[in-house]
Amino acid sequence: MSEKTIKFKIDGKEIQGKVGQTILEAAEEAGIYIPRLCHLKGITPHGSCRVCTVKVNGRPQTACTQPVVEGIEVENDTEEITEHRKNIIDMLFVEGNHFCMFCQKSGNCELQALAYRFGILAPKYPYQFPKRELDATHPDIFIDKNCCILCGRCVQTSKDIDGKNVFEFVGRGPEKQLAVNSKANLAGTDISVTDKAAEACPVGAIIKKQEGYAVPVGKRLYDIKPIGSEIENK
Amino acid sequence: MNDKIISQVCSTYNNNKTRMMDIVTTLNKQLGGIDDESIDLIAKATGSPRVLVESTISFYSFLSKDKKGDVVVRLCNDVVDNMQGAKEIKEVFEQELGIKCGETTEDGKVTLEETPCIGMCDQAPAALINETVVTSLTKDKAKQVAQDLKGGAAAETLVKDLGDGNNANDLVKSMVNNNVKKKGEVIFADREDNVGLKAAIEKTPESIIEDLKISKLRGRGGAGFPTGLKWAFTRSADGDNKTVICNADEGEPGTFKDRVILTEECNLLFEGMTIGGYVIGAETGIIYLRGEYAYLKVFLEDALDKRREANLLGKNILGKDGFNFDIRIQLGAGAYICGEESSLISSCEGLRGDPKTRPPFPAQKGYLQTPTAVNNVETFCSVARILEKGGVWFAEIGTEASPGTKLLSISGDCDNPGVYEFEFGVTINDMLSESGAKDTKAVLVGGPSGQIIGKDDFDKAICYDDLATGGAIVVFNSTRDILKIALEYMEFFVEESCGYCTPCRAGNVLLRNCLENIVEGKGQTTDLKYLEELGESVQFSSRCGLGQTSPNPILSTLKNFKADYEALVKEDDGFNPAFDINKALSVAEDIQGRKSVIFNENH
Repeated sequence: MSEKTIKFKIDGKEIQGKVGQTILEAAEEAGIYIPRLCHLKGITPHGSCRVCTVKVNGRPQTACTQPVVEGIEVENDTEEITEHRKNIIDMLFVEGNHFCMFCQKSGNCELQALAYRFGILAPKYPYQFPKRELDATHPDIFIDKNCCILCGRCVQTSKDIDGKNVFEFVGRGPEKQLAVNSKANLAGTDISVTDKAAEACPVGAIIKKQEGYAVPVGKRLYDIKPIGSEIENK
Repeated sequence: MNDKIISQVCSTYNNNKTRMMDIVTTLNKQLGGIDDESIDLIAKATGSPRVLVESTISFYSFLSKDKKGDVVVRLCNDVVDNMQGAKEIKEVFEQELGIKCGETTEDGKVTLEETPCIGMCDQAPAALINETVVTSLTKDKAKQVAQDLKGGAAAETLVKDLGDGNNANDLVKSMVNNNVKKKGEVIFADREDNVGLKAAIEKTPESIIEDLKISKLRGRGGAGFPTGLKWAFTRSADGDNKTVICNADEGEPGTFKDRVILTEECNLLFEGMTIGGYVIGAETGIIYLRGEYAYLKVFLEDALDKRREANLLGKNILGKDGFNFDIRIQLGAGAYICGEESSLISSCEGLRGDPKTRPPFPAQKGYLQTPTAVNNVETFCSVARILEKGGVWFAEIGTEASPGTKLLSISGDCDNPGVYEFEFGVTINDMLSESGAKDTKAVLVGGPSGQIIGKDDFDKAICYDDLATGGAIVVFNSTRDILKIALEYMEFFVEESCGYCTPCRAGNVLLRNCLENIVEGKGQTTDLKYLEELGESVQFSSRCGLGQTSPNPILSTLKNFKADYEALVKEDDGFNPAFDINKALSVAEDIQGRKSVIFNENH
């Protein structure tokens, strides 16, 4: 039983994808890393961070949601697209409060790792310094909305994998924020520390308590290898 | 105490969570707000997670968790209203009611708020008072309204003189005027009801699609997708249940043409939708009516009832065996984004109005996963006329590539604001002279998501391959500050972004802030490049049409009014002119309890 292959191109290179795959998935199998933040294997793609935006036959599309189609020409690693990606990463940094030096997630943070991969040392946009809340009510997990990039990974993981509805978004526009399925706070929800949603966060917004420095800074995932290298060096 | 009301309302909608919008809008109206306890009750009744109910409520500006006054006054703060004195009107209200915008009077009677365009730019300044529209406000009128409300008057009693046409109908009783200034051959023409529908059922759906292709009808909402093609896709999509949706959520600032169709020609619209049901094989029809037009809901429902009685809706329509179709009205609750078709579908499903991921497209999987055709009010009306008079008739109106007529809502600096039905191909110059515009400096074509153009482009034509527009035209004369106008429109987009994707949520704020600095004289030359690059990233990366067009007020004025920017920005001298040391120090000064010795303004 051989699955039908779909041939298309990324930056001129011939790729073979499978029916039902997204551009991002097919690229990954071919050892091409398309930068992303809100994507997480196993959950419904959200398509919200827009970092994986590529050009498909000249039109911007998110690689994490766009299915592969025979003969399409995808642009990924171009100067134009890289510029837009850097701008999006910059936007995410300034719209929240990201203090990498104090953050437990430092070194394992996908946003920080992407910034390093793109050579961003400081964002070019002015910091917005929004007021954001903390929720440390749960014995095992805390939420720090200062870092939340509204990627939806926790929301979707709770639904798709844990079979719960612990998280959802409330509000809209710049006021949009993460909310939990309880009148009061995270302690009032049915989340458990073993839930996949508790480890779905790409940044330091949802953190498991009591294991912050189990691996010292300097020896963490992206301290050693840049993000994406695990795909590129497959 | 609320338990009873809540369970009653929920059961009216069969405790169906996909009817959440109806449940929460009804309850919001009855309870004045939906608090945490009520959210729990709704969640329980409908079997939804409470956070999902909260998510929906928090999304729409007409819904709230906090209890508001018995009467909520929403003053329209659109650019056109502001040009006509809305700011003074607001001061009168604030003074008379003794509260600021965003507050409620101590006796709990009146809440004062601002809201973006309510579709009354031709009779601005206007306000929405509960569901009652108050138009052409003057300071005296505003004072009277405020005093009446303070005295406990119900919103409906504020209407003294009724408007023209059906605005005076017993079921509408509104002071709104139609202001139809120019009638054309398609929409506002002499005709007989239901001739198109009767002709349609004598034909096969395939041959109707052929008629539509011959007519070259394209969507009137602005995007211009060929209607025949859209319906063919939806017809051929897999799925037993299909849906026809009319997008009557005209929220583009400066648009009000659908208001007039809904008031005067709703039967033409229903006829077009019914033809749509016949063509694509749908039994479900929905009109998504913007919350601002709630004053038309009872009237429209009555018209639908009459159609049911006449067998123009329902089972075996007009005796055609197996042709079943009905229409329900879905009321919105104050969210511009719901004019985007997939957001509109989300809202119809009882969710927050987030756009959906495409693919799948609505034609494949739309409303409740059914193949769905979403079309503009004007498009459906055109379909009914095409079925009546033929595709060839229609194709000969307008231009070769853009046949038919286009309703334009013209307002701003012109003597005759109102709705104009022009043939496609009309130039901006023609339009300006017909509407009595003088000394025009700029024209907003297609609302803020369109373009702000200057004199050099006034010879351009309204059509799909020159200036495409959903129909919002705002005229600005030479006394207007174009950059301030662009700033107000950016403010609108910041307010109305759904917040789903990064560039639209975060990028528009940055664009607005930078333009604000420039307008305040704190900009520098490098800001222009910053705006352009940032704007391009927002356009390129955004998920839906809102973000893909929201930088347009800036990008189009950078292109067409560069000199206005250049007159305001300063050369970069290494210092950041936008930085205000006194403002930056104020927090520390408050803590310290004294002024900075070095940076004291009075030093």
